[in-house]
Amino acid sequence: MGRYVARRLLQMIPVFFGTTLLIFLMVYSLPGDPVAGLFGDKGADPATLEAIRHKLGLDQPLWKQYWDYMTGIILHFDFGTQIRNDRPVTDVLGDAFPVTLQLAALAFVFEMVFGVTLGIVAGLKAGRLADNVILIFTLLIISIPVFVLGFLIKMVFAFQLGWMEPNVSNDQLLSEMIAPAVVLGGLSLAYVARLTRTSMAENLRADYMRTAIAKGLPKRRVIGVHLMRNSMIPVITFLGTDIGALMGGAVVTEGIFNIKGVGGLIYESITRREGSTLVGLVTILVVVYLVTSLLIDLLYAVLDPRIRYA
Amino acid sequence: MRGAKSAKWVVGAIVVALAATACGGGKSDSGKGGAGAIDPNGIFTIENGEPEKPLYTGDTMESYGSAVMKGLYSTLVDYKADGSLEMVNAESVSTTDSKTWTVKLKQGWTFHDGTPVTSKSYVDAWNWNANVNNAMGLASWFADIKGFDKVHPEAEGAKPTADKLEGLKIVDDSTFTIELSKAVPYFGHKLAYISFAPLAESFYKDTKAAGQAPVGNGPYKFKSWDHKKQIEVVRYDGYKGPNKAKNGGVVFKNYTGLEAAYEDLKSGNLDVITQVGPKDLPVYRQDLGDRAVDQPYSAIQTIAVAFYADQWSKPKPVDPRVIQGLSMAIDRATITKTVLNGTREPATGWVAKGVLGYQENAAGDVTKYDPAKAKELIKAGGGVPGNKISIQFNADGGHKEWVEAVCNSIQQATSIQCVGDSKPDFQADLTARKTKQVKSFYRSGWVLDYPVNANFISDLFRTGAGGNQGGFSNKELDAKIAAADSAATLDESVKAYQAIEKELVNYMPSIPMWYYKVNAGYSEKVSGVKFGQDGEPILTGVEVHK
Repeated sequence: MGRYVARRLLQMIPVFFGTTLLIFLMVYSLPGDPVAGLFGDKGADPATLEAIRHKLGLDQPLWKQYWDYMTGIILHFDFGTQIRNDRPVTDVLGDAFPVTLQLAALAFVFEMVFGVTLGIVAGLKAGRLADNVILIFTLLIISIPVFVLGFLIKMVFAFQLGWMEPNVSNDQLLSEMIAPAVVLGGLSLAYVARLTRTSMAENLRADYMRTAIAKGLPKRRVIGVHLMRNSMIPVITFLGTDIGALMGGAVVTEGIFNIKGVGGLIYESITRREGSTLVGLVTILVVVYLVTSLLIDLLYAVLDPRIRYA
Repeated sequence: MRGAKSAKWVVGAIVVALAATACGGGKSDSGKGGAGAIDPNGIFTIENGEPEKPLYTGDTMESYGSAVMKGLYSTLVDYKADGSLEMVNAESVSTTDSKTWTVKLKQGWTFHDGTPVTSKSYVDAWNWNANVNNAMGLASWFADIKGFDKVHPEAEGAKPTADKLEGLKIVDDSTFTIELSKAVPYFGHKLAYISFAPLAESFYKDTKAAGQAPVGNGPYKFKSWDHKKQIEVVRYDGYKGPNKAKNGGVVFKNYTGLEAAYEDLKSGNLDVITQVGPKDLPVYRQDLGDRAVDQPYSAIQTIAVAFYADQWSKPKPVDPRVIQGLSMAIDRATITKTVLNGTREPATGWVAKGVLGYQENAAGDVTKYDPAKAKELIKAGGGVPGNKISIQFNADGGHKEWVEAVCNSIQQATSIQCVGDSKPDFQADLTARKTKQVKSFYRSGWVLDYPVNANFISDLFRTGAGGNQGGFSNKELDAKIAAADSAATLDESVKAYQAIEKELVNYMPSIPMWYYKVNAGYSEKVSGVKFGQDGEPILTGVEVHK
């Protein structure tokens, strides 16, 4: 077990450098000069452009820029400064991540609780009315684009019923985050429900289930322990990778509900050619993915003792 | 059909219910008299975005930052709606030859930290902004002043040989003189620009901190900047200028999109929006009634010609009649009304409205839609090489729709093939312009820097001017511009430029498209919301109701 974890941790190093280098190269191969972009239609003289480039180190060769950047991150936890506003990227990330973390956590809880519950209900009643209703419901959610769902929720709950404010205010209250979290978690909820249902329905017919029932175990124990533990493995896998997606992929949802989180920041960094911000963001997201996938793998052993790590 | 009906009914019922409760609530707690009373200390919120850069007077050129800076700083002068000057921090700005200018400051002005505003505050600030080492984006504004080339050499990597502008001389605490390298009759108008604002002593001690919390001399005092969320400014009670704030302060709120801001305006969480998004444009006038703003401001959209492109330069330079013809093939009236939802007004010249020297119909017939004449002119000019044109634009700026409409219009009127040449974003668009990669035409725009017609002619069409990215160059015109620039008085210069604008039609350096308008709105809580010639809200005039 210990060796397994150590090996996994070592594996993270090339992945970490590989992804950051890739993003670095991609940003710098985008057409368009980020410094010239600062001046718009009116342009600026070469001397000024040069002075800004020099200050930011953009006049260095690419490999040197990457080297400086990575040593900054690793040795000093310094992600560089933004091209436009001179703000340290760590500050920018520090503003955006807590908000997104809150949103992603709410969405995650929502999709987990409701998704698994719906899945269990559907799985146990496979083929019956409840199952069909849930299947249709999840199909509906999967097929509605995020911005339509967001718009509908605003339309009904903010403008017609007046139960909520249409947008998240600058205080980012937890209560304001519920609607965007529902929208963000909605799609995954459908997948979680469907995964749980299929997995449960399959395992219901497994030999060990028949044995457990034949032994005369109480129904709660049969379902709660024997069935659930085995059926949760694919669901947990999905939920684990979904944490990363929730953290980074909320561009549309954040835009609709006026949330200043990571999604919007990624979008902005790309359009403004903020290379250092983008690489910093991706670096953190990569770490999130790596850590969650490690945790998920370790959880397997807990769920199914037959899975052992050397 | 049945579904739609019943949905409507439900909506109706809810609206009625809400209206009823709202009425009941209103009567009991605010009463009838309350609605009109004005609270001089009331604070209002306005839609804005995160300023792109730190708040430096020498580097704030985009609208989010300059909206804030306008409140924090007062310059020597400002201009009125007709383009004439108004003294703000200056007692007088005078010149006899347009070359040496004498500025006298008003007495008793202080910065927000209590230190006095003196001649030195101005001279030091200008020297700092102009210095190439500080890499301020607006440094070129000081180019008229004698000795600028020493402080700010233009070549890449060159080092400055002086750190002070030779032309600036302090006479006493409240007087200083500006010597220009040549006469500029409209230099007084340039002084209204934010880069000419004074800076407090504290600025030089820690410039980095000053960019995050500027100390100004304007009607508002900086309070806080919560990055990407909001900036707060409060009224400065020691302000001596003519434009004292009629409210207690302003909160500049950051929005992820125009739609979100509009929703917040409708639900009462926001007081002023400076722009209505495309989604709400068709309905905002009905939604807001007389609180909807629909006002022209001094900016123009053009389609500029890439004169260096093979299409226009080989084997011989393009005949201006071809471009005249293409201009006449564009149905501006219909496009502004339909595609642009009435947010623009067809242009009839190269100088925008609200600018000193604006003249109606300066371009004559060239901006009128006339397919027959268009075909005739193009034919007379030798036709469009390859019978095909393209218009380059940036896809992230909402230009696609009108470029397509313009292309359609040209194609239908003249059967010349026209396509949009889309660049993914503004940076890519600019790079193509800088590296002379534009194949045919590109879309271009210009918002006033100072309200004199020279700004729309000299800065765009002079050989080598900053805004002249299409490589237009004409010796005759350059000579006329130089002559207009050296006119003895502002009036003469404006008149000379008016004559030049009338002549532009013979060269067609660009195709004028339309003037911009401010499409904005405000809540019931505020009144007196007006926008300046630069399209930005006039914060000090806003009154907040109790």
